Amino acid sequence: MFRILACRMIVPNMHILTVEAPAVAREVQPGQFIIIRAEEEGERIPLSVSDWDRERGTVTTIFMSIGRTTHRLARLRSGEYLPTVVGPLGNASEIEHFGTVLLLGGCYGIGSLYPIARALKEKGNRVFVVIEARSSYLFYWEDRYRMLVDGVHHITRDGSKGIKGHIGRVPEILASLGEPVNRVIINGCTFCLKRGSDATRALGITTIVDLNPIMIDGTGMCGVCRVTVGGETKFACVQGPEFDGHEVDWEELSQRRKTYMAEEVIPLRTSKCEEHMHGEEHGRKEKHGQAAAPGEPPGRERKQPQHTGEVS
Amino acid sequence: MAEKKEKKPLDLNRREMPKQPPEVRKYNFNEVAFGYPEDVAVEEAKRCIMCKKARCVQNCPVEIDIPAFIQAVADRNFAEGIRIIKQKNCLPAICGRVCPQEDQCEKTCTLVKKEGQLAIGRLERFLADWEARQGHVEMPDIPEWTGKNVAVVGGGPAGLTVAGDLILRGHRVTIFEALHRLGGVLVYGIPEFRLPKEIVNREVEYLKRLGVEVHTDFVVGKTRTIDSLLEEYDAIFVGSGAGLPWFMNIPGENLNGVYSANEYLTRLNLMKGYLFPTYHTPIKAHRRVAVIGGGNVAMDCARSALRLGAESRIIYRRSREELPARFEEVENAEEEGVIFDFLTLPLRYIGDENGWVKEMVIQKMELGEPDDSGRRRPVPIEGSEETWPVDAVVCAIGNSPNPLIGTTTPGLKLGKKGNIEADEETGMTSREKIWAGGDIVTGAATVILAMGAGRKAANSIHEYLMNGNGHDGNGHDGNGAEHKTDPKENPDIPPDIHLP
Repeated sequence: MFRILACRMIVPNMHILTVEAPAVAREVQPGQFIIIRAEEEGERIPLSVSDWDRERGTVTTIFMSIGRTTHRLARLRSGEYLPTVVGPLGNASEIEHFGTVLLLGGCYGIGSLYPIARALKEKGNRVFVVIEARSSYLFYWEDRYRMLVDGVHHITRDGSKGIKGHIGRVPEILASLGEPVNRVIINGCTFCLKRGSDATRALGITTIVDLNPIMIDGTGMCGVCRVTVGGETKFACVQGPEFDGHEVDWEELSQRRKTYMAEEVIPLRTSKCEEHMHGEEHGRKEKHGQAAAPGEPPGRERKQPQHTGEVS
Repeated sequence: MAEKKEKKPLDLNRREMPKQPPEVRKYNFNEVAFGYPEDVAVEEAKRCIMCKKARCVQNCPVEIDIPAFIQAVADRNFAEGIRIIKQKNCLPAICGRVCPQEDQCEKTCTLVKKEGQLAIGRLERFLADWEARQGHVEMPDIPEWTGKNVAVVGGGPAGLTVAGDLILRGHRVTIFEALHRLGGVLVYGIPEFRLPKEIVNREVEYLKRLGVEVHTDFVVGKTRTIDSLLEEYDAIFVGSGAGLPWFMNIPGENLNGVYSANEYLTRLNLMKGYLFPTYHTPIKAHRRVAVIGGGNVAMDCARSALRLGAESRIIYRRSREELPARFEEVENAEEEGVIFDFLTLPLRYIGDENGWVKEMVIQKMELGEPDDSGRRRPVPIEGSEETWPVDAVVCAIGNSPNPLIGTTTPGLKLGKKGNIEADEETGMTSREKIWAGGDIVTGAATVILAMGAGRKAANSIHEYLMNGNGHDGNGHDGNGAEHKTDPKENPDIPPDIHLP
């Protein structure tokens, strides 16, 4: 069991979770991911690691509340437990002195790019960050980036901050930097990865993407995470998750990610009245009491979300 | 008793186990066979002719004293029977269910010539289940701690055997398991209807009560490397099992609806997808499922698909005689209505506009000359291509060994396919203090072979820890033939093998 130190919404629908997992924290490198289960009957889902503290033995991840497991995860509070946190999985990002690197992040990718930015700076790279969202209120960690990197740029769908449009407008930012960019690294949803890769292809800039296929074990056993890269089948969990964005078969990846769309909405088609009533009135003793700390009344911390201290 | 038996005529009536009828069981995931009632078990045991030279024992990878436990059943001394089995096998409820007995102990039963071979596996299962029903499992005495610590990587059949054997010899044992549950293929692969997970949990709980320490959610090679573990442990056994699933490298294998057997079975068994949405991992309710392959795993997939409501067929490129699956499982599958398409080879899969598989193109085969394996080689029949409608394909043609240990342990010698090279008799690898066994060494094989490898490695590790033989710091010896072992102390080396 892995104790949650903090779990709160950071911007609408996006959540930050910090959990005690000393063995993972000791080894984790930029670009790696963990697999978690939110409850005993839960599924195993991969989440990119956004930060860690080796001394405190904690790992931080940012996720979007989008399906059954992430909804459940978003409702957990400090002091409660996750039955599974396993990792670090996947290969670490390739971190070298590349020269100038542009990082492109949207959604949870804004968080998972942060350790990569930090490591690239340590290697002496010039690092620029482009963050992308529907609107300016969805940006987070801008201050953290501003203190770390050489420039932060914004793209918003509604034009409320930075360039109006989507990730396809990144060539304009590349041109405005006034220096050649040696590498682009993109983290985010499949659409963002694909559009970003499309945009840099003509410019001939090496583009690395952090793929996010469905996974179960995450250790190279089940094979559900297979993706086609450069015409070859690769297993993202042990041979990735980072690949050359110009070689990925995006259509196949998008299709494969939709495999369980129909099943995923089944549990969402209920208001779960009963569960909520138990949750509010009886401290979630019934089902969710399992995840509470032993000896503590379940749900005690529910209305007192704590800050992690890691978020500036 | 023995005298009476000699006068008795041979009883060749191998007692059947009561089973759920096929038309019932094909709609549920409950265990197919119920096990012998006590009286039937005793009747079956009494058929044993108690050969002086018990060839059944010679053919058991873990050398259970079979005549002795059979005699105990015949005498209705069930407690003694289970005690005898547990001297050699700490997982009898599992082996009684999933061992290929027809190729091992029962194959060399003297009665096999008259087609009345003793149902050794069913009796083993009976004893294990009898013990569980008593609600009291006898705990053996654990010797004082030897001062040695052993790490076991992987909580599957090989690792569980090593842990069980070494804890009984006074070593401290810690199992590191990558998944959230112990059991390896016993929990993620073999379906509930063939091996109820409650039984695996029972055996795992027994090991924990013996004092085996367990870390689940711990991926050796990622969370910690072998070399990091060696700073704390005196010996390491690697039984990390199956790795990347094989596909046939034909067009369309990445379409939605094409699964590896590992994925299909893991969703169902480890993640309990058949109970979706109570359990949260989804599995699709397909209508027409084609399972590629003819082994036990293929049977498990086909029978699972059937239980999820699909029309389920096995596509196998050779004929029924060559099926590598356990005979009993083939029979069960046939009874339940799995369709068998022998001498059939998939050529490619065709997707619909949404990227879902909708058809498969197959080719009919005929058997030609025998190949290297001694089986007749399947040869394509020209112009026999057909297109069949399917909405799911499960590829059950095997897997390569797990890559995580091999790639993160410098100096560990690997075979061509990425398997860890280990001595067949001792499990010793090319690296000091590291042993390996099970699928990570052999590639996909059976539960009992993995357990047999675990047994041999445990003996070798014990020998090393107590006497420093073999893997000592002074000139390591990775060659089993030169390994100094007293055959009297090592029951896995037959005494007639000459040792220097």
